[in-house]
Amino acid sequence: MRTLTVFVDGIGIWAPGIEDWAALQRVLSGGDIAASGAHAKPAPAILPPTERRRAPEPVLLASEAASQAATMAGRDPATLACVFTSTHGDLAITDEMCATLAADPRELSPTRFHNSVHNAPAGYWTVAAHCNKTATAISAGPSSFAAGILEAATEVAADGEAVLLAAYDIVARGPLAEVAPSGVPFAAAFVLSPSRGAATIAQLSIYPLQGTAAPKAPPAALAALTANPTAVQALPLLVALAERKPAKVTLTAGANMSLAIEVAP
Amino acid sequence: MPTRIAPLAITAFTATSALGHGRGAHADALRNDRGGLRDNDFTRATLPCAIGRVDGLESAPVPDAFGEYDCRNNRLAWHGINADGFLDAARALIERHGADRVALIVGTSTSSIGATEEGYRALEDGRLPEHLRKPALHTPHSLGLFLEAVLGTRGPCLTVATACSSSAKIFAKAERMIRLGTADAAILAGIDTLCDSVLFGFNALELVSSQRCRPFDTARNGISIGEAAGFAIVERDGDARAPRLVGYGESSDAYHMSTPHPEGRGARLALSDALARAGLAASDVDYINLHGTATPKNDEVEAAVLADVFTSRVRASATKGFTGHTLGAAGILEAAITLIAMEQGFVPATLNSRDAEPIVAAQLAIEREERTIRVALSNSFGFGGSNCTLAFAAGAPN
Repeated sequence: MRTLTVFVDGIGIWAPGIEDWAALQRVLSGGDIAASGAHAKPAPAILPPTERRRAPEPVLLASEAASQAATMAGRDPATLACVFTSTHGDLAITDEMCATLAADPRELSPTRFHNSVHNAPAGYWTVAAHCNKTATAISAGPSSFAAGILEAATEVAADGEAVLLAAYDIVARGPLAEVAPSGVPFAAAFVLSPSRGAATIAQLSIYPLQGTAAPKAPPAALAALTANPTAVQALPLLVALAERKPAKVTLTAGANMSLAIEVAP
Repeated sequence: MPTRIAPLAITAFTATSALGHGRGAHADALRNDRGGLRDNDFTRATLPCAIGRVDGLESAPVPDAFGEYDCRNNRLAWHGINADGFLDAARALIERHGADRVALIVGTSTSSIGATEEGYRALEDGRLPEHLRKPALHTPHSLGLFLEAVLGTRGPCLTVATACSSSAKIFAKAERMIRLGTADAAILAGIDTLCDSVLFGFNALELVSSQRCRPFDTARNGISIGEAAGFAIVERDGDARAPRLVGYGESSDAYHMSTPHPEGRGARLALSDALARAGLAASDVDYINLHGTATPKNDEVEAAVLADVFTSRVRASATKGFTGHTLGAAGILEAAITLIAMEQGFVPATLNSRDAEPIVAAQLAIEREERTIRVALSNSFGFGGSNCTLAFAAGAPN
């Protein structure tokens, strides 16, 4: 495979107490994680007020991170094709929906059902952002973040336009938590563009390697986030970007494949 | 506007649905106007509707070696991949290109959620029962993991889950990866299975008909849900007789989660992008396999786009009256139906429908027609305003 080269023009992040890219950088330079309630969730300004309260948690997480990334990149989100990736999807709705179906299937709420699709964040986001571009929702188990990076970089290279990538997982609920564990909410987003511009933070050179790689453990300050499967996958790249020096990150991308990402500020 | 792409050869494909196992069964049913819908005999709770069910899955587990993936959706995948020698073709492809050069891209909306539903009906002290306590049965990527284990591919592997456009969009992803050299070939799969979530979910949205669905009929009143497995192999090169993927268009409505844009904004964009990538004009299109779910609103919007963009020269039909709406599998199932129609020279009927929406009466084939099809489109639209149109060209004649 030819190396895919893309440029990071914006980064968004949301986790309890680490509510944007600046906060993550502060924590990495020795700052404390801000206090936050156990049930904290973001209220992304891009969503209409009713949806800011009522939208499913993946929509809130992904929209908040995506919005931050687009703002940092100085891009109108209407102009960005988007890729949403998640290891487990909406664990809260899956839990509620399966519990309702087991009790009395005719009680299933129509809104809950249409919100249950894996592309609900993509749907809400494109409506809020007035975005008619292609939006994709993907999942690839423990390779979900690598698959998202590869898909977004592929779209950038294929079409020569910037692409928004948002990766998220919410907290697992009910019996599902045992088989689809996730203990803390987390979302990260990137605007990837085809050429270096004023907003560019780093260049990424992406190519595959055979074999799998254990994700590099993040610094101790971020250890709490590793309860989230997307954070485990995404933090090595985020940490490398925060360090603002050349680095190579290796992400598991399949049963026997990894993705190497060379980061150059 | 996107630029023209180099066509990709579709060197193998197959389909399994309520019409039967493999291309022959589909061709036979389509040629004889024989639908696969039946009265709902799937749900435990009463739900008067028609369904497109694949027989025999209950007693056909996946092979023991893949036991951790055993659920209805993966059973249908296993059943489907064994039709038309597809599994052998996929293995030969991997042998030819190398396992690391073949991408595995799957589309599904239900994935294995039927197994999660089953687990919740049989909780033991608040836990999933032991035989269902397997992570690979409760992930949106269950299908991808299963097929990756079956095939042994070592290239990119991902699940696309954009509701009813899922397994149409996988063709677009494969084209980009192959064009950029990320892979030399791709194995594509779209599988969705009947489960309570979709049957009772669409019912709660009042989108399910109590009868067999009637796409584009003035009296249409909702969908019939079906299940299906479709597979395809796409490569840069192939026999001249192999059909080609020549274009695709993807877009977002940016309007509503479960209602289409009233003027079909996203559908028009997907269509124009597909034609642009194919280097074709609307007047070049011989056949369109419409999304045609048979809900009043979906068909109204799609009919307006059809009437606006195409003359009566085009023949269009919706085949969900044969198979039901197979949701995440609809994209690849209807691509397969389109390729069969192309190969055999006929336009499938819009089964169960009698009185076409007047604005598309000129374009819509209510009854089957014998016709040479050189260029065809297939539409897939989904919740979240996710749209995809695929463009195909026939292979050289034998």
